[in-house]
Amino acid sequence: MKALSRIGAIFAKELRQLRRDRMTFGMVVMIPLIQLLLFGFAINTNVRHIPAGVVDQSGSALGRVLAQTAQATGVVSFTEHFSDVGEAQAAIAAARVRAVLIVPPDVSQRLARHPSLGFGRPAATDQEVARPVAQWLVDGSDTIVASAVRGLRNMPLLELLDKPPNRSTPTFEVTLLYNPEQRSAVNIVPGLVATILTMTMIMFTSAAIVREREHGNMEMLITTPVRPIELMLGKIIPYVFVGAVQVSIILALGHLVFGVPVNGSRWQLAAATLLFICASLTLGLVISTIARSQLQSMQMTIFVLLPSILLSGFMFPYDAMPLAAQYIAEVLPATHFMRLVRGVVLRDVEILHMSGDLLWLALFTVGGLIVASLRFKKRLD
Amino acid sequence: MTDWVIRAEGLARNFGEVQAVKSLDLAVPRASIYGFLGPNGSGKTTAIRILTGLLSPSAGSVTVLGHRLPADAERLRLKIGYMTQRFSLYDDLTVLENLGFVASIYGLRGRTRRRRIDELLDTYRLHKVATRLAGGMSGGQRQRLSLAAATLHHPELLFLDEPTSAVDPENRREFWEQLFDLCDQGTTILVSTHYMDEAERCHRLAILESGTKRVDGTPEELMRNMGVQVVEIAAANPRRLKESLLSVEGIFSAAQLGSRLRVLVDDAIDDPVAYLRQQSMVATYDALELVRPSLEDVFVTSTAKRRAA
Repeated sequence: MKALSRIGAIFAKELRQLRRDRMTFGMVVMIPLIQLLLFGFAINTNVRHIPAGVVDQSGSALGRVLAQTAQATGVVSFTEHFSDVGEAQAAIAAARVRAVLIVPPDVSQRLARHPSLGFGRPAATDQEVARPVAQWLVDGSDTIVASAVRGLRNMPLLELLDKPPNRSTPTFEVTLLYNPEQRSAVNIVPGLVATILTMTMIMFTSAAIVREREHGNMEMLITTPVRPIELMLGKIIPYVFVGAVQVSIILALGHLVFGVPVNGSRWQLAAATLLFICASLTLGLVISTIARSQLQSMQMTIFVLLPSILLSGFMFPYDAMPLAAQYIAEVLPATHFMRLVRGVVLRDVEILHMSGDLLWLALFTVGGLIVASLRFKKRLD
Repeated sequence: MTDWVIRAEGLARNFGEVQAVKSLDLAVPRASIYGFLGPNGSGKTTAIRILTGLLSPSAGSVTVLGHRLPADAERLRLKIGYMTQRFSLYDDLTVLENLGFVASIYGLRGRTRRRRIDELLDTYRLHKVATRLAGGMSGGQRQRLSLAAATLHHPELLFLDEPTSAVDPENRREFWEQLFDLCDQGTTILVSTHYMDEAERCHRLAILESGTKRVDGTPEELMRNMGVQVVEIAAANPRRLKESLLSVEGIFSAAQLGSRLRVLVDDAIDDPVAYLRQQSMVATYDALELVRPSLEDVFVTSTAKRRAA
């Protein structure tokens, strides 16, 4: 009973302080709001309109039509014309264009011999002399840009000659579930829930204990009968509500602005989110008991935050990472929540079918609380 | 038999190479005000932190209110109040909120809680500023708030670490009145200070210097037993006289007070005025007078003696 009233006292005190701290209070709302709008619009993995140049060595109408057809795919948009390849390469190096289409002088012969055009059955000899009609020079350092341009490799040529496109039968049929229109926002918005929560939850609590120490309040607190676990709980509970508010903002806005549906059960989403909030908060508390100053706690927050963004599967697919990186990612609560939130929001999955992730978040929370309480000594030495 | 509230023997605390407290023996009787007098860095705060259970001693044994430290620190916490040197309540909470917070931490609820807070606001004249943020109050108000918070749960023993360092003389007087009230109600108070006038108000006193207790006793005892006599010389050039007097045997120290020189002479010398008269540097027209020793003299002698030895 006494323990509860002490937790209540710390909880009420934290809420009051939070309410008086206008900046932090504003950040609770502004961080999810601004970041969601910013990233929701900005992050797009469908690469479109890559700035490109043309070197037309043929100088023919065919060269121009070829360039127009390429532009019509929407992948590239031609902004420059170069007279020779050297100039074009210089432009790529200077990042004025990311790719250059080189149309050779003999483009019409190459086109005529091209097997896909299907001027009758190609003679055996033609097969050998058949060559690509033109060449792309691409800045391959950015793999996403490179693979987008590579997608043009098998661009159909029949349209070039006003013929109906070749209706070839694909090897595989691919059905895209959950995001048939392939909109990036569908994947980004639930992911943002995980990254923004990681950021704010760890940041707020990592400063919690350190701030008391820096302001000299700790010396008073530890001469009172308050127990470490009570202090820890009282400090994190207000932020559970803060986290809940942030999640609601992100998902509501994501639904209204970006049309991201919440397919799964709201209760299951709430349960998974609550677990993740608790895990992040205790991680912040552990940092708080290690850091000696608020600056140090901020540094440690960033140290955790970056892998949570880059390794959790938010930006890059988890499955593409090497095994060692996957092990590291498995430790981070963000990775597990990323799976859960995408699962519930997009795929209407039963969270109990992802019990491994739930279990890890729960274990992380309990373990974190124990570590933080043990590390927090009611002593100054 | 005296009822000892604090008993400590051979108390020591090291921070790495630094010995903050060295073999400190203490005995503090109940319902008295016990002072730690010492300059900054003399180990006052460290000693208080050991006695409150915040620091564990490197050596020695401590019993506070019958609890052995540091093992029994948690149970001691309900019986002691601690007012830290630095303001340690929350700047961004109001007076009422701060007191309410501390009351809840000590498990006060409902009407008892309200009544106790009201009582404290009365005693420490905080009614008018009850809804002000603690951060925006004057030094005196903050000090009264700290004392109110430290005494909220009626502690048997109160530790005050340099409580009046940020307070003007008027508030200091009033503060001490409040301490005597608490003491009358049976609270034992241990207060550290570097002000002589404050130290003189204590029932008993320990003079600390570089982590060691030089002397202890009542202020009167200390002044009586300090083993020196004090002579004041009204000199034409006290500055030069001071320099030359210091080399004379039997003279512990000389301190200038405006145009006068306060000279501490060894007790072994029967007639200190005559002894000083004999010295060549004392001019015939200088006026010499034997005066009553002050606590500052005790402080100077007790610290100087040890250094010479």
